[in-house]
Amino acid sequence: MSDPTTGNGALVRIEGVEKVFHRGAEDIHVLANLNLQVPAGEFLALMGPSGSGKSTLLNLIGGLDRPTKGSVSVAGDHIETLSDHQLAAWRARHIGFVFQLYNLIPVLTAERNVELPLLLTHLTKAERKKHVATALAMVGLTHRAQHYPRTMSGGEQQRVGIARGIVTDPTLLLCDEPTGDLDRKAGDEILNLLQALNREHGKTIIMVTHDPHASARASRTVYLNKGELTDAPLA
Amino acid sequence: MKFFHLIRGNLLRHKLRTSLTLLSILVAFVLFGFLCAVKQALVGGVALAGADRLIVRHKVSIIQLLPESYQPRMERIPGVAAAAHQTWFGGIYQDPKNFFMQCPVVPEQFMAMFPEFILPPEQMQVWLGTRTGAIVGRNTAERFKWKIGDKIPIMSPIWLRKPWAFDLVGIYDGKEKGTDTTGFYFRYDYFDEARKAQNWGQGQVGWYTIRVKDPAQAAEVARAVDQEFENSPAETKTEPEGAFAQGFANQIGNIAFIVAGILTAVFFTILLVTGSTMSQAVRERIGEIGVLKAIGFTNGQVLALVLAESCLLTVAGGGLGLALAWLITARGDPTGGMLPMFFFPVRDVLIGLALSVALGVITGFLPAQQAMRLRVADALRRM
Ligand SMILES: Nc1ncnc2c1ncn2[C@@H]1O[C@H](COP(=O)(O)OP(=O)(O)OP(=O)(O)O)[C@@H](O)[C@H]1O
Ligand SMILES: [Mg+2]
Repeated sequence: MSDPTTGNGALVRIEGVEKVFHRGAEDIHVLANLNLQVPAGEFLALMGPSGSGKSTLLNLIGGLDRPTKGSVSVAGDHIETLSDHQLAAWRARHIGFVFQLYNLIPVLTAERNVELPLLLTHLTKAERKKHVATALAMVGLTHRAQHYPRTMSGGEQQRVGIARGIVTDPTLLLCDEPTGDLDRKAGDEILNLLQALNREHGKTIIMVTHDPHASARASRTVYLNKGELTDAPLA
Repeated sequence: MKFFHLIRGNLLRHKLRTSLTLLSILVAFVLFGFLCAVKQALVGGVALAGADRLIVRHKVSIIQLLPESYQPRMERIPGVAAAAHQTWFGGIYQDPKNFFMQCPVVPEQFMAMFPEFILPPEQMQVWLGTRTGAIVGRNTAERFKWKIGDKIPIMSPIWLRKPWAFDLVGIYDGKEKGTDTTGFYFRYDYFDEARKAQNWGQGQVGWYTIRVKDPAQAAEVARAVDQEFENSPAETKTEPEGAFAQGFANQIGNIAFIVAGILTAVFFTILLVTGSTMSQAVRERIGEIGVLKAIGFTNGQVLALVLAESCLLTVAGGGLGLALAWLITARGDPTGGMLPMFFFPVRDVLIGLALSVALGVITGFLPAQQAMRLRVADALRRM
């Protein structure tokens, strides 16, 4: 694997990416000739109207999907060249996801939810326990470790989601509308947390959001509209 | 198994649904165990039959008698090591329901022919010295609480049509678990003398058992025996003991076929029940499966998780069912005598366990494949 900081320092490099979905006979052109570079250590906010392709772009960066055309490279790896199997292992090592609806596994406690990504590593039980405890401490939920998601508030569930996203210390944290389902106060707590992760722990974060309040916390904001990226919202 | 919590959690997600599925699997396996025991009882003699023993019976049917004089002629045929005869007594002890087999035999010949019956030597000595003496297997002795020294009255509707009285001088045990210890054997000399009174059947016996010197030559010896008595008033049919037992069982119907038929129907039902539980389980969890894949679970790992879940379900249900069947059948013959060798053979327990695993794999396979093929981005959109 090459050094992610080489080549003008971009951790994420998106070049000439096109994404077309097929729904029946219909082709849906979502992204067209899109370019984006995200340097390591950046906290990038991605905004744009609903249906503009923000989640699609985030999925490409996170290796959940492949571009129709163009190249997506993260930390030097070209994800469009990896097989499904390689991609899964690659995601486990490099990417942490945080979802709008938290997407915790309801039958597992907070602790076990956070542990999930570690089950794919070679860590021992004791090591996993330590990492889980650290991640839960970082999101301030040590006391809820044994609790099930349904017994927690939305904000708490999202903090568990973040703990799960960072527990493997991924190269990149991808958040799709992490505050979209929370009230202002709980949302602010989540944003504080993400900002701290970025500033104090140097995590590179890409966050999709509709909320200008949220994007204000980021170090840079880009706008997606009609398949193209701009540095300012279209008038 | 670090994924155990996840698998267990998923199974316990819908406790009622899981319990009902588990229960139907359990019932199927109890039935499996019970039918295996019935089959064992009916055809078990086939497997236990001595490979070196042949049965010689009347060519027309088993109820036609053969002359006692055939014995020395058989023993002269090359390849025959020994011969012993038995005769169907068909007696009734107190009530026709109390069925067990009784046969007059020549004690020394008989015990030498059937080494699977273990009789203490001192009891054998008493038998040889008691004309009206009889021995009985442990199973029947316990069933009627008989003790050595008891007088056993047995009514025979065939022979003399009157009650016969026997002195119980011995109780034999079986060498193996499957050995039939229900039979009641008494002395042929006493029997033959007594039936003089009815002026019929004297010097005639039911069938012969022959021991061959070399089991590999059993077929040739059988042919030679039948040739020896060809064109006589009582022609014979000689076959291996196993085939004889099989023929006996076949008179009750093709047991194995019926058992297989019932079990196929039951397992097909279970297949549908468990299959629908599993596909429902996967369908309602598509978003979660997407999350697992996003986290980095490979398609193979997702497949394995679903398969492990279905196998855990079927093996738990199957294991409990087999254990219950074991307990039920351990209480022995439920018919009170008709099925002396009624038990659930260990071999069938193992087959049952393998069957429960197979059931898990089969029912889990399609849902697991569906989960495996799910594209992550699509699955996450369905959260
Ligand atoms: N798997 C798919 N198959 C077909 N069409 C898809 C698929 N995924 C996304 N699309 C379409 O692509 C477009 C962009 O979807 P996407 O989810 O990326 O938008 P978004 O910007 O995240 O919107 P929102 O703000 O509502 O989340 C939409 O028109 C959507 O219907
Ligand atoms: Mg979206």
